[in-house]
Amino acid sequence: MRVPPSAIVAEGLRKRYGGTEALAGIDLEVPAGTVHGLLGPNGAGKTTVVRILTTLVRPDGGRAEVAGHDVAREAARVRARIGLVGQNAAVDEVLSGRQNLVMFGRLYGLDARAARLRADGLLDRFRLTGTGGTPAGKYSGGMRRRLDLAASMILAPPVLFLDEPTTGLDPRSRAEVWDEVRALARGGTTVLLTTQYLEEADRLAEGISVIDHGRVIATGTPEALKSRAGGDRVDVVVRDAARLDEAAAIVARAAGVHAAVDRDALSAGAPVTDRVGALTEAVRALDEAGIAVADIGLRRPTLDEVFLRLTGAGPGEPAAAGTAEVPA
Amino acid sequence: MTVSVPEPPGTLPGRLRRAAADGRTLTARALAHWARRPGEVAVGLLFPVVLVLMMGYLFGGQMTVPGGGSYREFIMPGMFAMTMLFGLETTFAAVATDAAKGVTDRFRAMPMASSAIVVGRGAADLIHSAAALTVMTGCGLLIGWRWHDGPGGALAGLGLLLLLRFALLWVGVYLGLVANGPESLVAVQILVWPVGFLSSAMVAPSTMPGWLGTAAEWNPLSATVTACRELFGGAGAGGGSWASGHSVALAVAWPLLITAVFFPLAVRRHRHLSR
Ligand SMILES: Nc1ncnc2c1ncn2[C@@H]1O[C@H](COP(=O)(O)OP(=O)(O)OP(=O)(O)O)[C@@H](O)[C@H]1O
Ligand SMILES: [Mg+2]
Repeated sequence: MRVPPSAIVAEGLRKRYGGTEALAGIDLEVPAGTVHGLLGPNGAGKTTVVRILTTLVRPDGGRAEVAGHDVAREAARVRARIGLVGQNAAVDEVLSGRQNLVMFGRLYGLDARAARLRADGLLDRFRLTGTGGTPAGKYSGGMRRRLDLAASMILAPPVLFLDEPTTGLDPRSRAEVWDEVRALARGGTTVLLTTQYLEEADRLAEGISVIDHGRVIATGTPEALKSRAGGDRVDVVVRDAARLDEAAAIVARAAGVHAAVDRDALSAGAPVTDRVGALTEAVRALDEAGIAVADIGLRRPTLDEVFLRLTGAGPGEPAAAGTAEVPA
Repeated sequence: MTVSVPEPPGTLPGRLRRAAADGRTLTARALAHWARRPGEVAVGLLFPVVLVLMMGYLFGGQMTVPGGGSYREFIMPGMFAMTMLFGLETTFAAVATDAAKGVTDRFRAMPMASSAIVVGRGAADLIHSAAALTVMTGCGLLIGWRWHDGPGGALAGLGLLLLLRFALLWVGVYLGLVANGPESLVAVQILVWPVGFLSSAMVAPSTMPGWLGTAAEWNPLSATVTACRELFGGAGAGGGSWASGHSVALAVAWPLLITAVFFPLAVRRHRHLSR
């Protein structure tokens, strides 16, 4: 088997579902042994990319290689080299965790003894040993994720796909999954991970591809993406929810770009280039409009805002008064 | 963490061996499900028995069997066939649950024989139905049903019942893959009952009004029921119509036709999962 320089290569992947263009030409390159984050909002096309790369769906156009094998022409070889943790924990809910792992082990071609040994080893490693005969359907969300992860690790695959592995998990379970992903990466596994959380991609991934509407809109290291969004932000928190949109329009005008609105926090913010000028202008306009302000200030951008700038209004787009992006 | 990657078998015998092994693994999985839910299985096995007792003892007094004979003996072949029909729900629910939970996708992304998903399911469901037939046979013997034409005829009848069940496998797999999830089970249950009632299972079609009788006569379920009545001998055997005259041939032809339609549909649908 030749060792490919890149564990995952995708070129111009396209996929259409009826009237929806799920993927409009996705390019991707993931060096072997690295963790790559596929970041995008709901419906961006993350799952579709994963399903194509794991041989579950045929692309309408483009090609992809995983672990050195073409996903369309050499599906069986690809399948022998990947692990998949889908968006929903895909384990047999009636069987116990051990029964699940033994079954999957058998289906990976292990004999009965090897499958049992492997199952016990994985239960131990993923801290699921105490679960006895409890059906997997009765596991907590975190335990089920760990079981799912264990099942995809039976052959210690060189390439692992994780589709939103921490969605719906509490912070502790999330941290556990992160630890596991890091451990795998240290062991040389290539990981492609999709997520809606920039924090997650930032913590785990060496490379990030931001996708939206089936296109890669930015790609690079987390650092590069952060610096690309650049500059500081003006953020305002209003006292009266009814005036939030008005405040957002003022911030947008002062900044010259769309403002991001967080309705729960009653805040609106936008990246600015002329820091002091924009802040002064915003304060003046808010005062003039008689909007009571709980807090206003200049802030460094968070990753979520970088994300919003990339997926929502582009940095160059003019702000239309009254329209604001609502964070996911 | 050193488990070598077993290459997918390249040769035909290797592939067949692997397919057989994977099929066995998934049959064992289905059996393990039932071992974990004995209550549910018992209810499933006893439901047709309860139905027999209800039909036989509550309504039986009002029913007259054309050509004479006891109603309880008359409905046993009908109830055998209904039991096969209920099996459709088992297949449907299992296939729809796996598809909805993503288990089917996990299988499809693994280096296993893809045929095993259907082979494992089918083998397990046939075992389940054979068990159900055994229970029903015991029940029938207790309430006075007998085979009058020797064990050969009885076994042939049971064979036809399992052939019907085999055909219904593909209907169940197809519907399970088309459905949006196991919640649609109710729809399948609603479909099952009219098919059962509009057949010769519980009432002789000759006693039904005009076109209903004709529809019931040509119901694939009726073919198996009537053929069983012929093969078992006893109440309800023999009838005037063409369909009842050729019931055994029809009881072979219908399941083959159903298989010929639904097997390709199920395969296509399974492939379509990757579209
Ligand atoms: N099987 C399908 N049939 C029809 N449309 C589909 C199908 N799968 C995906 N889509 C559509 O393709 C687009 C991309 O979907 P996809 O599931 O890849 O997004 P995603 O980034 O994974 O979203 P999420 O964060 O919600 O999981 C969406 O508009 C979705 O509605
Ligand atoms: Mg998704």
